[in-house]
Amino acid sequence: MLLADEVATCRAVLTDNPYQPHMARIVRVYKMVENNYLFTLRFLDDGLARTFRHQPGQFVMLSVPGAGEMPISISSSPTRPEVLELCVRRVGRVTNALYRLRANDVVGVRGPYGNGFPLRQMQNNDLLLVAGGLGMAPLRSLLWYAVDRRDEFRDITLMYGAKRPEEMLFREELQALVDRDDVNCLLTVDADPSGTWRNHVGLLPTMFDFARIEPLRTYAAVCGPPVVYKFILRKLLEIGFPKDRILMSLERRMKCGVGKCGHCSIGYKYTCLNGPIFTYWDALNLPEMI
Amino acid sequence: MKILKLRKDKLDLFASVVQQFGELHAPVEQDGRYVFKRLTRWSEARLDYNRTILPPKKYFLPPRETLFHYRPGNGFEPSTDGLSQRIILFGVHACDVYALNILDRVFSGKYNDPYYQARRKNIAIIGIDCTPDEHCFCRSMRADFVDDGFDLFFYDTGEYYQALVGSSLGDDMVLAAGRIFEPIDVADIEEYKRRSANKRRAFQLETEIRDLPEIFEMEYRSEIWEELGAKCLSCGSCSMVCPTCYCYDVADSVELGSLGGSRVRSWDSCLFANHALVGSGENFRGPRASRIKFRFYHKQRGFVAEYGRPSCVGCGRCIVACPVHIDVVEVIDQLRRVQDVASR
Repeated sequence: MLLADEVATCRAVLTDNPYQPHMARIVRVYKMVENNYLFTLRFLDDGLARTFRHQPGQFVMLSVPGAGEMPISISSSPTRPEVLELCVRRVGRVTNALYRLRANDVVGVRGPYGNGFPLRQMQNNDLLLVAGGLGMAPLRSLLWYAVDRRDEFRDITLMYGAKRPEEMLFREELQALVDRDDVNCLLTVDADPSGTWRNHVGLLPTMFDFARIEPLRTYAAVCGPPVVYKFILRKLLEIGFPKDRILMSLERRMKCGVGKCGHCSIGYKYTCLNGPIFTYWDALNLPEMI
Repeated sequence: MKILKLRKDKLDLFASVVQQFGELHAPVEQDGRYVFKRLTRWSEARLDYNRTILPPKKYFLPPRETLFHYRPGNGFEPSTDGLSQRIILFGVHACDVYALNILDRVFSGKYNDPYYQARRKNIAIIGIDCTPDEHCFCRSMRADFVDDGFDLFFYDTGEYYQALVGSSLGDDMVLAAGRIFEPIDVADIEEYKRRSANKRRAFQLETEIRDLPEIFEMEYRSEIWEELGAKCLSCGSCSMVCPTCYCYDVADSVELGSLGGSRVRSWDSCLFANHALVGSGENFRGPRASRIKFRFYHKQRGFVAEYGRPSCVGCGRCIVACPVHIDVVEVIDQLRRVQDVASR
C-alpha cells in the first residue's frame, strides 16, 4: 500500500518538477562588449531544442552548476528557434562562474517564464522600442520578431542609446538595420571620444526629433536603467501616450521564476508571473515599481 | 461531514492505534515553551499547549531542503529525500491548519511545487481546538475555525472529544480504532455550541481587517513605517515563526573534492537586506522601513488582492517572537486610528 504511494510521490518530483533545469550546451560565447557576452545555447535533448518556444519579453532561469541559478531575459527571437541567445552582464557570483565556461560546456535552463510582450494587442500597430544600455537585451527579441514578421506591424522605430560606441550591444547587427528602409533604427551615444561613430551623438530623448510617432496607434516598449525610465516615460507622456500603451520590462531578484520564493514581489504582483512586462499604468499602481 | 466522539480517557489508546499510519509527532514542552517533535512516548504530548515556537510549516517546507543533486554528466537529479515519510501531526490548532490551507494555494496553481505537495500528502493532520491567550487574534483573521485541510479535528467537549472526520485517511484511522468512537447526540451538539460561544468570549485581542487593504493604500506614506523601520532589527524572526511566510532562498553548494553538488532551498525573510537586491547592485527595498512596510503590506494587502484573504491567521507567534516588541495588532490599530490632523 505504502509502496505504490511512495512511487507516486516521487514521480511528481521526478517528472512534473517546475524547478528541473534542462541541460543545454553552450554553442557559442560571443563578446559583444567588455563584460557583456552573448551566450548561444542549445538543449542537449534534441526534441526539447526543436519544440521549445518563447514569447519576446520572456525569461529563463539559467543554472551554472555549482554556482547557482539566475533569471536572464531571452535575447533571441522565437522566429529563429532551436537555439537560445542570452545576453549576460558579468556582475555577480553566478555570472562570474558563467564567464569561466566555454563553448561545449553545459548549463541548465528552465522556462520560459513571465508574460512576455502582449503581441496580439501590438499587431497592426506602430512599434516604438526605446532601450538604454543593457536594456537592449530583452528588446532585441521583440525587435527581430517584428522585423521577421514585418507584415504584422506598421511602422517600427528603435531608439537605442549607450554611453560610448564600444558599449553598444548588438552593435554590428543594429548598424546593419540603419540602412533598411522598413525600420527606423536610431542609434545614439552620449559621447564619441574616438570620433569613429557614424550614427547619432546625443542623449536618448533627443532621438524623438528623428521619428514621427503617433501615440494612439503605437505601442512603446521601454527598457533600461532607472535614468532611462525617468526621462523616456516623461517624454512619452508629454507627446500623448496612453499609459497602457507604454510597456516596460522590469528586473527583480528571483529564486524560483514560478511565483513561490517571494523575492520578485512588488506590492501584490510577482514580476515572474505577472511580469516582467508591465504597462506604465501597472507601474503607477504598484509601489516600488521602478 | 462525519462527526463522532471519543472519550478522553481513550485518547492514548487512539494515539497508539494511529501510529500504524505514520510516525507520531505532537507538541512537546521544551524550556517552558512548546515545539512540534517526534514523540518517544505518548505522555510527552502536551495537547493543552498555547502555541509552538515554529509552526507546522517546518514539516512541509523544511528550513533547509535539498531540491537537486548535481553530478557532471548527469545534470540535476531531483532529490526525493524524506518526501515519502509518513508522519502524523497530532494536536494542530485551527489557525495552523488554516495557514497550511493558505500555503496549499501558494504551492499549487500554474506551477505546482511537487516537494511541498508530496509532504502535504504524506503528513496527516489531527487538529485540536484551543483556548485563546493574550496574543491570539485568530478570530479577527477568520481563522479560529477551520473546515478542511485536516484528517481529523478534535473539539474538547468536557468528557469527550468531538471528532470531525476530514478525509478518507482520517476515516481509516477512526475505523482502525474500532468501537472507541461513538456517535454524537443532541446533548453533544449543545455542549459543542456552548463551548464555541465561550471560546468567542475568551478572546482578549481583536482587530478589524475589513477595508484594511484600502487603509494600507491610503497610509502608504504614513510615518508609522519610518518609526517601525527605526525599531526593527531585521532579524527575520517574525518570518521564521510565521505559519504563512513562505519566502525561500536557493543556493548551490559544491561537494569538496568533486565537481558535484546540491541545490538547497532555505527559509528567507523579506526583512533581510538582500531580499530585493539584484546583481547590478540595485536594491528595490533597501531601507529597513521599506522592508518592514513590505512585510505588512504583502500579508495584509497584497495577499488579499491575490488570494482573497490576508496571509495572516492571527496565531500571535510574531508578537511573541519580536525582540523589540513590534506587534502586528498594534500596527493595524495604529493605522486605523483616526488622527487629529490639527494637532500634527
